[in-house]
Amino acid sequence: MKTNDVILQTVTKFVLFVIILFSIHLFFAGHYYPGGGFIGGLMTSGAIVLLLLAFDIKTVKMILPFDYIKVVAVGLLIAIGTGAGALFFNMPFLTHAYTYAYLPLLGKTSLHTAVLFDTGVFLVVIGVTMTIIQTIGESE
Amino acid sequence: MSLLHLAVLSPLLLAILIPFLHKYFKNIHTGWFLLPLPAVLFAYFLQFISTTSHGGTVMETVAWISSLGINFTLKVDGLGLLFALLITGIGALVVLYSIYYLNPDKEKLNTFYVYLLLFMGAMLGVVLSDNLIVLYTFWELTSFSSFLLIGYWNHRERSRYGAQKSMLITVFGGLSMLGGILMLYIITGTFSISETIQMSNEVVNHPLFTATLILFLLGAFTKSAQFPFHIWLPDAMEAPTPVSAYLHSATMVKAGIYLVARMTPVFAHSGTWVWLVAGVGVLTLFWGSFSAVKQTDLKAILAFSTVSQLGMIMSLLGAGAAALHYGTIEDGYYIVAVTAAVFHLINHATFKGSLFMVTGIIDHETGTRDIRKLGGLMNFMPITFTLAIIGTFSMAGIPPFNGFLSKEMFFTGMLRVAEMDFFNMDTWGILFPIIAWSASVFTFLYSMMYVFKTFTGKYQPEKLEKKPHEAPIGMLISPVILASLVIIFGIFPNVLSHNIISPAMGSILPSLLENGEGFDVHISHWHGPTAELFMTIGVIAFGLLLYKFMPKWAGIYSKLPSRMSFNRFYDRGLELLELTSKNITKSYMTGFIRTYLVYIFSFFILALASTLIFKNAFQLDLSDVAPIRFFEVVLVLIMAVSAITILFAKSRLTSIILLGAVGYTVALFFVLFRAPDLALTQLVIETVSVALFLLAFYHLPQIRRNEERIRFRATNALISIAVGAIVTMIALSAHSNKTFGSISEYYVENTYKKAGGENMVNVILVDFRGFDTMFEIAVLGIAALGIFAMIKLRLTRGRELDENK
Repeated sequence: MKTNDVILQTVTKFVLFVIILFSIHLFFAGHYYPGGGFIGGLMTSGAIVLLLLAFDIKTVKMILPFDYIKVVAVGLLIAIGTGAGALFFNMPFLTHAYTYAYLPLLGKTSLHTAVLFDTGVFLVVIGVTMTIIQTIGESE
Repeated sequence: MSLLHLAVLSPLLLAILIPFLHKYFKNIHTGWFLLPLPAVLFAYFLQFISTTSHGGTVMETVAWISSLGINFTLKVDGLGLLFALLITGIGALVVLYSIYYLNPDKEKLNTFYVYLLLFMGAMLGVVLSDNLIVLYTFWELTSFSSFLLIGYWNHRERSRYGAQKSMLITVFGGLSMLGGILMLYIITGTFSISETIQMSNEVVNHPLFTATLILFLLGAFTKSAQFPFHIWLPDAMEAPTPVSAYLHSATMVKAGIYLVARMTPVFAHSGTWVWLVAGVGVLTLFWGSFSAVKQTDLKAILAFSTVSQLGMIMSLLGAGAAALHYGTIEDGYYIVAVTAAVFHLINHATFKGSLFMVTGIIDHETGTRDIRKLGGLMNFMPITFTLAIIGTFSMAGIPPFNGFLSKEMFFTGMLRVAEMDFFNMDTWGILFPIIAWSASVFTFLYSMMYVFKTFTGKYQPEKLEKKPHEAPIGMLISPVILASLVIIFGIFPNVLSHNIISPAMGSILPSLLENGEGFDVHISHWHGPTAELFMTIGVIAFGLLLYKFMPKWAGIYSKLPSRMSFNRFYDRGLELLELTSKNITKSYMTGFIRTYLVYIFSFFILALASTLIFKNAFQLDLSDVAPIRFFEVVLVLIMAVSAITILFAKSRLTSIILLGAVGYTVALFFVLFRAPDLALTQLVIETVSVALFLLAFYHLPQIRRNEERIRFRATNALISIAVGAIVTMIALSAHSNKTFGSISEYYVENTYKKAGGENMVNVILVDFRGFDTMFEIAVLGIAALGIFAMIKLRLTRGRELDENK
């Protein structure tokens, strides 16, 4: 069966970046405004799912050649590693630290180890969603 | 994080690097990267001798879960140091040996060395941690790494069998020990071993005492392969020989002995402890040496010999514990048993380590370990032969080797057990020296079999796979070092007594010492014509007689009923277990998700409804309810209509879209109630799950109208209505029944102050309840792996996996 996806595909090419930018915004805003690693990761996966709907698995795999299981592993390592990092400073596991810095262009910026932890969450969420969707999708 | 912590964790850290080193330095044997670590650690731990030999200890703490009393506390005292030195010292030698033993072209070296490092780190953790929970964690890690190493050649069925057996038995013991640890915590309120020892009086008088003691001993006995749990050790010999030398003779199997020694100050005031430890030990000693004689595989002989020697050390610890009965060092008539235990622990590591390496050499150079095929190797392998002589003669207790000294002290200890006048020892105590003596006869016998059947007698080249020749020099270094230690300790035993043995005894029997005092240990070769000397002479004489007339009496081994053996019991038990659990699982696992949902929801209804009824929990208080707004009514209506329409939908596609509509409406609810984080999450989740649903759509069977029966639907309707009603009731009660203030105030106050964030939801997720999030993503990851594995590794019908390839 041949379907005509021109509109969907054209829109996707544009909207994809908006969604991904938005998800990155959500991710970084997380500590102060609605958002965070979990939502950000889900939003990014949503973008990839849109890509999957518009194109097919093979094309998407060419565009984004990630092994999503490894993404899960890296995410978990980052999250647990951040937690374990506290041990080296003689603090209980998963103690976070934060400070404020004045960076050029950005002005007053808060730096959190929580962001590192959230990066782990972000990656795990993307990895898990995409692993599940890809494996189920491929098995057809 | 102190240097000591780093030392204990360093093997685990190196283990992370090994796969990369293996990948990028293909030409270098991976073992070379490993070798410096145990050697450096050995040197590092040697420094502590100056502290411990004066009775001092070093303690370092890293806070872990302080609120539960679980801290990563490491303590170096005499006993811990002795084991740490054994682990790193023998570890270095074994790694060196393995470099020549394992062929880098044929074996997967990266996994092997990762497992070995894993074990080394875990074992150091076991012997140095002062916190029982940390000790337990490392304890199980040694079981796992042992499992992986036994199953290293996982294409062999026997390897997998042995790995599983050791795992099941040692983890069973480990879990019992965990029970013991928790009971001990109930009694003392602390997980710290040092603090527990100080409270030993309260422990002894507590009603849970006997149960705790038995649970601890189960852990120790399974790990140290004591009768009747010894059956796993011979099967563990499927591991590569360096592993057998390291884990299953020198270190891991001694973890049980370590535990008994460590817990002696806590438990040993009771007769139960003395009887159990000494009794099981001496029984194991006899059974092990008796069974060793009938073996034909060199490694099997050594395996049973290890079982028996472990029993011997165990029985000495049990007998020595009686010394605590008196409470002062002057009356310490029984202390000699503890000295013997510690001394023999060292000796056993040296001679058994070298013997295992000799076995590895024979296997490597001839292609077999069967003593029926071997013989006359003396001329081909003179150095190996010498090493074997030193090792076996020491094991048999022949002077001037170190085994002779500890064997004599062992006899002394056992003779003194017979003289005990407490714990009812005066009636049955006489059995101890008798069993010990006869076990020693068999020990002598199998030692002689080991060396003479292999190296003397008729050379049978036609039965060997390879033409035997002397081993390469690299394989000989480690056993030569160990064999020289056998001789050095045999001739100058007192190099150990002050620095190593005495501080270790100080840790086992601390209550006998005043502050700053130490045990005065002096080991001498000649005590005059004592009972022990005649016992040794008797052992040699009887041993030689039995060896000479072996064919005449060996028939008794075939008369032993094989149906009654513990191995058979284990195998049958496992079969039955598998069969029963399979049948039980089959009886309720139908393979239909709708059945499982019925189970889940029925349980849900039962549990919650009964709580609501019996606890009289349902309350309705609508006094402070906000007014219901127009939008809310609309949303509820949309939700209800779409949910009910699902039931009447003809195609699955419609139901999926309707379900999505329900989800999106919930998201709108979150918006109305000002929960933007939840709303966002719900929206995206709904989108992704609808997409997922559509994907899975292809795999689902078509809905067939005629399949659905009325009765079936009535049950479902009942269940679904009940679930809805109960959830509503709980929600109403939760609102009406506020018995304590909400925790949200705490977060409102502290989100900015303590975590420097302004979005409370996210701060809770990553900071306040970061642990939950961490485990959640771990669960997510596991779920993804599970789905991946189920779909990718699906076996097509009729095809079976052949694991033996």
